[in-house]
Amino acid sequence: MKKIVILGAGTGGTVMANLLHKRLDRKDWTITVIDKDDDHYYQPGFLFIPFGFYTKEDLLKKRSKFLPKGVEFVICDIERVDPAANAVLLRDGRHIAYDLLIVATGTDIAPSETPGMLDGWRDTIFDFYTADGATALAAKLKAFPGGRLVVHVNEMPIKCPVAPLEFAFFCDWCLRRHHRREAIDLVYVTPLSGAFTKPVASKALGVLLEERKIGTVADFSAERIDAAARKIISYDGRGVPYDLLVTVPTNMGAEMVERSGLGDELRFVPTDPATLRSVKHENIFVIGDASNVPTSKAGSVAHFESEILVGNILRAVDGRPLEPGFDGHANCFVETGRRKAVLIDFNYETEPLPGRFPFPVVGPMPLLKPSRTNHLGKLAFRWIYWHMLLRGRPIPFVPARMKMAGKERPAGA
Amino acid sequence: MPQKLVGSATIDVDAEGFMTDPAQWTREVAAAIAQEEGIAALTPAHWKVIEYMQKEFKETGQAPSIRRINKTGVVSTKELYELFPGGPAKKAAKIAGLKKPEGCV
Repeated sequence: MKKIVILGAGTGGTVMANLLHKRLDRKDWTITVIDKDDDHYYQPGFLFIPFGFYTKEDLLKKRSKFLPKGVEFVICDIERVDPAANAVLLRDGRHIAYDLLIVATGTDIAPSETPGMLDGWRDTIFDFYTADGATALAAKLKAFPGGRLVVHVNEMPIKCPVAPLEFAFFCDWCLRRHHRREAIDLVYVTPLSGAFTKPVASKALGVLLEERKIGTVADFSAERIDAAARKIISYDGRGVPYDLLVTVPTNMGAEMVERSGLGDELRFVPTDPATLRSVKHENIFVIGDASNVPTSKAGSVAHFESEILVGNILRAVDGRPLEPGFDGHANCFVETGRRKAVLIDFNYETEPLPGRFPFPVVGPMPLLKPSRTNHLGKLAFRWIYWHMLLRGRPIPFVPARMKMAGKERPAGA
Repeated sequence: MPQKLVGSATIDVDAEGFMTDPAQWTREVAAAIAQEEGIAALTPAHWKVIEYMQKEFKETGQAPSIRRINKTGVVSTKELYELFPGGPAKKAAKIAGLKKPEGCV
């Protein structure tokens, strides 16, 4: 009997367990999934917790509920992987041997990477990338009398690079509805040169910031935070004052990745961007935020990767050559407030472009433009996530590889 | 593919001004791009960073991030910002004749 071990039962790990359980020969293979707890959060929902639309309990289900029967689920902290011995060492001393390993341990915020950030943590400095952080921020926002609210991205790459923009847009809308916008100055601070990483989308999203009277400070790379003076200070000596700082701290992979010697300087696992195999180890594969592949860290990416990765794992099992099938496809709804959202669809080669999705002309969803349909799509996605995506069911009309049909490149871009 | 005249040489560049043909890179081209980016003269400290970036690119196929440059001890992040004001990873990659760093996605 051979064994596949999956580290992490988040989006990527859960999908892989479901797909492999269906497609591997169960006479020859067993599947074991390891995670530190049994709490699976619908993370795209974190954005709405600070504004009182969800509580964290609304977004929580049991990881074990989404793993197929017949897959072993071990709940324990992972000490490290020993790639030379093909074994995973658990915190409680257990050794779990593997023939093939899938790393799906995701990414987390690391506020301690920025000097001074923890000094004001959950006092005047908040995150919304964790269930607890978003919940604490909800209480803070409710009581916030007014002043300067700074939405801040510390360092790229981050999980869901549009989330801080969504936060700013949605915050603007909620404040307006409650007639509190006049009392609050909204500022967006980013290490990028504009609203987004790619030119066409950066322009389109930058316009939305302007329309909403959200100030932008670009090319701002934070060296430290002076929490007592309530100021972010950049490497080139600029200072941005705040009364309330909503930050996306540096994102890093799991500490276990570093202890195992598998990671780069941000603890992401160097991974072949097309085959999704570890660059260093033939029998280790990586899915989702845990890898260093140059596309967005997002649930949609993990979903698209899973369809390619399951094929490559079946090839590896049979000793056949892998297929360089992954194109970096990402598909993200960007909530813009006013019950509208923008949809972006892109990959390694093609930046987010305007057009219609998933079908040319008829859409029904416009790309790179706020619309009601996209907002409904975003709301519907929670159901799709729990009932289709995690189970490894294909999403109708949205294949793993990006389609160019329906996209238009604007003149001069 | 757009072309651009820097100093006395013509180079192929992408839409954001990053060189697309490494064979066209010379130290003179680097100095000319640096001037366009507001760096009057390339000092030995600049060259240390540029050469490290080229070496790293050759080995990994990617321009190193600011964090990586800092961690490998070439120069500290603070110094890097003093050498290449604005966006140092992007600016240094452009001067070194590399494609835009992939960290930004």
